[in-house]
Amino acid sequence: MERGTFTVKSGHAEMLKGGVIMDVVTAEQARIAEEAGACAVMALERVPSDIRAAGGVARMADPTIVEAIMQTVTIPVMAKCRIGHLVEAQVLQALGVDYIDESEVLTPADDRYHINKREFTVPFVCGARDLGEALRRIGEGAAMIRTKGEAGTGNIVEATRHIRTLMAQIRGLHSMSEDELMAEAKALGAPYELVRDVARTGKLPVVHFAAGGVATPSDAALMMQLGSEGVFVGSGVFKSQDPPAMARAIVRAVTSYNVPGEILKVSRGLGEAMRGIEIGTLRPEEILATRGW
Amino acid sequence: MSAMRIGVLALQGAFREHIQALVRLGADAVEVRRPRDLDGLDGLIIPGGESTTIRLLMAEYGLDDAIRERIGSGFPVVGTCAGMIVLAKHVDDEASPGLNGLDVQVHRNAFGRQVDSFEEDIAIPALGDTLFHGVFIRAPIVESVGPGVEVLAKLPDGRIVAVRQGSVIGVSFHPELTDDDRFHRLFLSLIAARETTASTTPVCSSPTAVGEVR
Repeated sequence: MERGTFTVKSGHAEMLKGGVIMDVVTAEQARIAEEAGACAVMALERVPSDIRAAGGVARMADPTIVEAIMQTVTIPVMAKCRIGHLVEAQVLQALGVDYIDESEVLTPADDRYHINKREFTVPFVCGARDLGEALRRIGEGAAMIRTKGEAGTGNIVEATRHIRTLMAQIRGLHSMSEDELMAEAKALGAPYELVRDVARTGKLPVVHFAAGGVATPSDAALMMQLGSEGVFVGSGVFKSQDPPAMARAIVRAVTSYNVPGEILKVSRGLGEAMRGIEIGTLRPEEILATRGW
Repeated sequence: MSAMRIGVLALQGAFREHIQALVRLGADAVEVRRPRDLDGLDGLIIPGGESTTIRLLMAEYGLDDAIRERIGSGFPVVGTCAGMIVLAKHVDDEASPGLNGLDVQVHRNAFGRQVDSFEEDIAIPALGDTLFHGVFIRAPIVESVGPGVEVLAKLPDGRIVAVRQGSVIGVSFHPELTDDDRFHRLFLSLIAARETTASTTPVCSSPTAVGEVR
């Protein structure tokens, strides 16, 4: 019996495909997410928009909060650690979370290195803005990738840019000749073997979701139509006027992402979506997506 | 000889991998999202995924009633992991509004959390002597089986991980995550055998179906 293999790590992400993973800060929110059909929850102390508002250093959540959520729902529970903070990751693994998000939403603990994720039994998901960043994280052992988008803004434009960039780069690589791959690996700053793998298969070696700015059912379906395999919703559910209704609607929009009539149906009467932020109004130090190396 | 037409429930989870396995074996694979997608199918696969999500969405779109009704008249169905959970009559201690395809008691997340997920080679006599590589991800087990349920595989410690009742099969693990297609072959051969029998029995009144070779 072998535990913690890459097959069971990345295989877990395969089971999440076509689903919605929701940020929750209480057991009650986790229950709402589960009843709405979320395929997993991300247990946090604050959702990203509140992290923005609070300022200061954002760290791993208090284990008590994560534990309360784990005891409330039967769907998988994920939790975030800071970039490079391998001890926070060890603590979350000891706690028994199902996935760790090494996340730019929290304040980075290391300005040069990410966690060596191969050392862990628990799988990791990491953010990426493009193919090079995605392959570096996979090279470090990430078993799932998500776009970074710009968390806590309720503005989808950055996630759109990231998924479009990622998909275009994958298509580009797939059409290259073998001779070109080493130079491309150098340009991408990505491990050569993974570059070859993507060139051969025309897809990432792990599941990739969209994240960062999803606020409506249409946002979620947009991510799916652009090639995402599922969606994370951070502040978008519990910062909306009617979280249970918004949660249900986003789950259904992801399942039926290419059926406009269904998205129309679920979009009616949801109340106000979260109040968003125009990216141009953010100061450079407020932009989270540039965290990660 | 027309290709078999197999549906894969495509509400959430790893449905694409099952479709790829079916296509490799020469079957027509159809994504099933609404009850009308079940029309004209020779069988159905319910994939791994999150069983809570799949169950909710099946109920919402009326797929649970539609599949349950077909199972009642002998429709072949395979469920892997979450798929087995939704097919089971009893799940943990809740009254399962499942598809009632398997008279078994299933325990969800039976091995623990994700850190307890594992790979293990298991003996499945119905697939021949070569061991089958089982990938178990937050996997369920079958705690007990009712009359008429055949156990297809157990772990070395005796826990039941694959069962069959008539034309319905449930497995705890994920054949679709391996390159071994023996499991999908078994399903297709069971359907072929069943349809050969059906087409030669007098119960079948359609003149075009009699003697039809699939």
